Amino acid sequence: MSELRTAENRERLEKFDRVWGNLPGWGQLAAVNHTSVGLRFVATGIVFFLIGGVLAMLMRTQLALPEQDILSANAYNQIFTMHGTVMMFLFAIPILEGLAMYLIPKMIGTRDLVFPRISALGYYCYLFGGIIITSSLILNIAPASGWFMYTPLSSSTFSPGMGSDFWLLGITFVEISAMAAGVELVVSILRTRANGMSLSKMPIFCWYILAMALMIVFGFPPLILGSILLELERAAGMPFFEVAGGGDPLLWQHLFWLFGHPEVYIIFLPGAGIVSTLIPVFAQRPLVGYRWVVLAIIITGFISFGLWVHHMFTVGIPHLALAFFSVASMLVAIPTGIQIFAWIATLWTGRVIFHLPMLWIFGFLVIFVAGGLTGVMLALVPFDWQVHDTHFVVAHMHYVLVGGMLFPLIAGFYYWLPHVSGRMPSDKLGRWGFWLAFIGFNTTFLIMHLTGLFGMPRRVYTYEAGLGWDWLNMVSSIGGFVMAIGIAVIILDVVLHFRFGRKAKQNPWNADSLEWAVEMPVSAYNFASLPDVPTRHPLYENPDLPQSIADGKHGLSEIGHGRRDIYGSDAVTGKIQEIIHLPSNSWLPLQAGLMLCVVCLSLLLKVYWVALVGLAAAVFVLLRWSWHNGAHPRATPVTADEPTDPPLHSRTFSGPGLWGMVVSMMANGTLYASLLFGWFYLWTASPQWQAPADGPLPLTPLIGSGVLLSLAVLLYGRAVARLRQGSIRHMQKVFWLVAAIGLVHVALLLWVLLSAPLNPTLQAHDAVLTVMLIYLLIHGGLSTIATAMQAMRVNIGYVSLQLPYEPVVLMPLWVYTLGIFWLGFAAFVLLPMGWGSL
Amino acid sequence: MLGIPLLLSGCGGPFSTLDPGGPGAAGIAWLWWGMFGYASVVLVGLVWLWLHAMRRDPGNISDKQAQTLQNRWIFWGGLVLPSVSVSLILAFGLPAGYPMLPTPPEEGEAVRINVEGHQWRFETSYPGTDIVLENHMLIPAGVPIDVYLTSADVIHSFWVPRLSGKQDMVPGHTNVLRIMADEPGRFRGHCAEFCGLDHAHMKLVVEALEPQEFDAWLEESRTDE
Repeated sequence: MSELRTAENRERLEKFDRVWGNLPGWGQLAAVNHTSVGLRFVATGIVFFLIGGVLAMLMRTQLALPEQDILSANAYNQIFTMHGTVMMFLFAIPILEGLAMYLIPKMIGTRDLVFPRISALGYYCYLFGGIIITSSLILNIAPASGWFMYTPLSSSTFSPGMGSDFWLLGITFVEISAMAAGVELVVSILRTRANGMSLSKMPIFCWYILAMALMIVFGFPPLILGSILLELERAAGMPFFEVAGGGDPLLWQHLFWLFGHPEVYIIFLPGAGIVSTLIPVFAQRPLVGYRWVVLAIIITGFISFGLWVHHMFTVGIPHLALAFFSVASMLVAIPTGIQIFAWIATLWTGRVIFHLPMLWIFGFLVIFVAGGLTGVMLALVPFDWQVHDTHFVVAHMHYVLVGGMLFPLIAGFYYWLPHVSGRMPSDKLGRWGFWLAFIGFNTTFLIMHLTGLFGMPRRVYTYEAGLGWDWLNMVSSIGGFVMAIGIAVIILDVVLHFRFGRKAKQNPWNADSLEWAVEMPVSAYNFASLPDVPTRHPLYENPDLPQSIADGKHGLSEIGHGRRDIYGSDAVTGKIQEIIHLPSNSWLPLQAGLMLCVVCLSLLLKVYWVALVGLAAAVFVLLRWSWHNGAHPRATPVTADEPTDPPLHSRTFSGPGLWGMVVSMMANGTLYASLLFGWFYLWTASPQWQAPADGPLPLTPLIGSGVLLSLAVLLYGRAVARLRQGSIRHMQKVFWLVAAIGLVHVALLLWVLLSAPLNPTLQAHDAVLTVMLIYLLIHGGLSTIATAMQAMRVNIGYVSLQLPYEPVVLMPLWVYTLGIFWLGFAAFVLLPMGWGSL
Repeated sequence: MLGIPLLLSGCGGPFSTLDPGGPGAAGIAWLWWGMFGYASVVLVGLVWLWLHAMRRDPGNISDKQAQTLQNRWIFWGGLVLPSVSVSLILAFGLPAGYPMLPTPPEEGEAVRINVEGHQWRFETSYPGTDIVLENHMLIPAGVPIDVYLTSADVIHSFWVPRLSGKQDMVPGHTNVLRIMADEPGRFRGHCAEFCGLDHAHMKLVVEALEPQEFDAWLEESRTDE
């Protein structure tokens, strides 16, 4: 029991527990609370980390001696593919998302993330997708063409089994969780900070997570598009990446690394965020150069989108482009240097307490800087040509990823453990774990640089004796097992601490940030009342804050209404704007996750009618989900005594939903931009691209459908504008009219698709056009259905003058649908016509 | 520490990039030793600085002093150090790639050889002849060779570490890599891009002959026709 609970506040806090708590027993599966979901992400991530680690040990066993046949080539190929896949997609990204989901609301002084049901859906997509992917290993049909799935090796010709399908479908399924977390974290950080916490007062960790979340929003869509296209090629024979059909295998590499490089920083930034959080606490001095570090984070985010080609230096890129990407890649050294020297300056000016987490931070420094330095070397094209695809690169990337992510993560685990368990970690066992892992890691990978320089390519399941590689591999294998023992010791340490650790006092490390103002172990609602936080170091300036929060001395301390309320605040200044009422426990995320799982499995087994049924069911669940919003009895029906200053968010024109919609459309737009990129890339660079002299799409119905779409958006926009002016006359009729026009638009577009002489299985040109049309169809259909639902909600009274929120949220979807239509028309129809007439 | 380079130079087996047998690989080997030395100094310096910063007693530092200190650290360490390092590396490093570019040689003409990647073998052919070699390639020593690389199936990568860097063999594309062997000898190569089941066994041998010997061999094959 937390020391903050007193006789006076106990009764009220127990009421909070009831409103915010999860359902008992099986009801835990309906949990949407960020603390529960975040911890589930972390726990599941650890399990996948151990699976990935076992795969690594299998590889090191096989390579310990030359010409061994413990593993067959086929088994080894599956194992190295799955090691990379599991570590990247099922460990690194989800566990960091989980950590961020757990910490962010606590750090910005609120009670939950802004879309709790989406957190839960993300978790189920991750869990089910992860199980699907790893099950392929047990069935011995795992993907075996490397974690970056280069086509044509991963195509149906050269990988005929189900392996690649497991990867493409499973990863896309898992990516739903990344996108969900990305959108949710962006909106939560921007819109739900404590009163007065302006952007410049945010804990530095929040800046890192904001950057990470935005990079997910812009970084993942190219991979999602690439995976969809490659799966379409494998399942339906659409030749996007096949030279003979006018495609190009290099397009896959571009799409993959457009995602893949930002991903490295998506993994590194939260790690650096942990470092920037822990160093000031253990130096007992605020971070030196906060503004510089924020600047460095933003620059890193931008630069990381301009470097993807450095993974492709050897594929045959024009030399000028090589030089450009070489320089761009090295520029990352500058923001990284700024951060490292800000950390050193903080240590320099502080009195450092050398606790266990700091040991891991020290390990981070050594390993990450070494990895960064070899990274600069690899950015140099001639050197890259020599060591690309050798064990040198394997060593480099493990230095960067293990140094930049795993070491800070473990430091963070030790640091935040008392938060979860209410107990302190031990020092002794922890130090053993550190030194074993540190020495083991360096033994494995330092020497591996030399293995690469001596010419050993990566991804070989065995090697000849006597090439100078024998002793190097033996040393690496021994190091690998030492590191594995280190990890086992750490896990043992953590498990034991839950039982034997000494009780932690409130704010045990004397930290400055709000997450240490919660009860320990943490409650479901974090804060029983929401304080103003006009400072970067709330707990330094007011050490009594935890008690006054628990005593209900601050905002939203009322719980009698039974709502899950948090504050919504201005994105820049952090001033309170509205009260956001959050949904409570819900089975919908689990249902939606299960339906999507059915879709994924039936696509995998090629039972397409089941996939269609599953998809329809998933859409139904999601529509039901959106129905249970606003003034719906399951959400927040209108009552006489509801708060008006500030008002409930569903009674306003701008709430988190609008922000969520806009951020989602940014992600969606990136997906569309990736499709446009693919179109122009194939058009200009594909070796056997063929386009018919006349565009295959019938112009009249296409333009007609565009005009109707424009009309629908115009009418919808006017209705929303009138709503903003306080008039609701004819709104329901207008919405029905818009839905009807939308329906005709979709019907015309469908007719265009069906009547056009397209051969999507013969020509990449036609295949891209088909995908583009289907994309437009989905958006037209979605907007139409959502508008029809709005018309129905007007009828029931869920949308009214008092409840004007939802039509405003829907507006960006219509605008987006309109935008992609005409942009698509220009890029896919007009431009080729103009080109042809030149 | 300094002994390591001496220990390693000239060894490392038949695939060692540090035992160059041609101008392409030689430039990169030198580059490596230079960058290795520079990076080691930076790494050791940073770790020392970090440990020192953790151990030292800062005394009483006012916020204003801390501000000056911060600006100095971040300017010199965060901006100047990486910018200078990167500029140095680029200035010395990019020219090291020139010997591997198929530019017209100063004298004479580069010999053209085609190599096509297959799962799992290299097929070498000589334009104007019927010669097709499997996992084997004859070249004249001391003469620049332009290797025209393509693939019949999946992506492979042509790499003879002691001669030069690698280039990928991509279906539908042709990449050209300049290689040269200083002296006659045997050089081994390996497919560097993962290409499926037998990737580990996809290797080739490049044999550099005296130019006259090479010409004679080529001529002999012509007369064989």
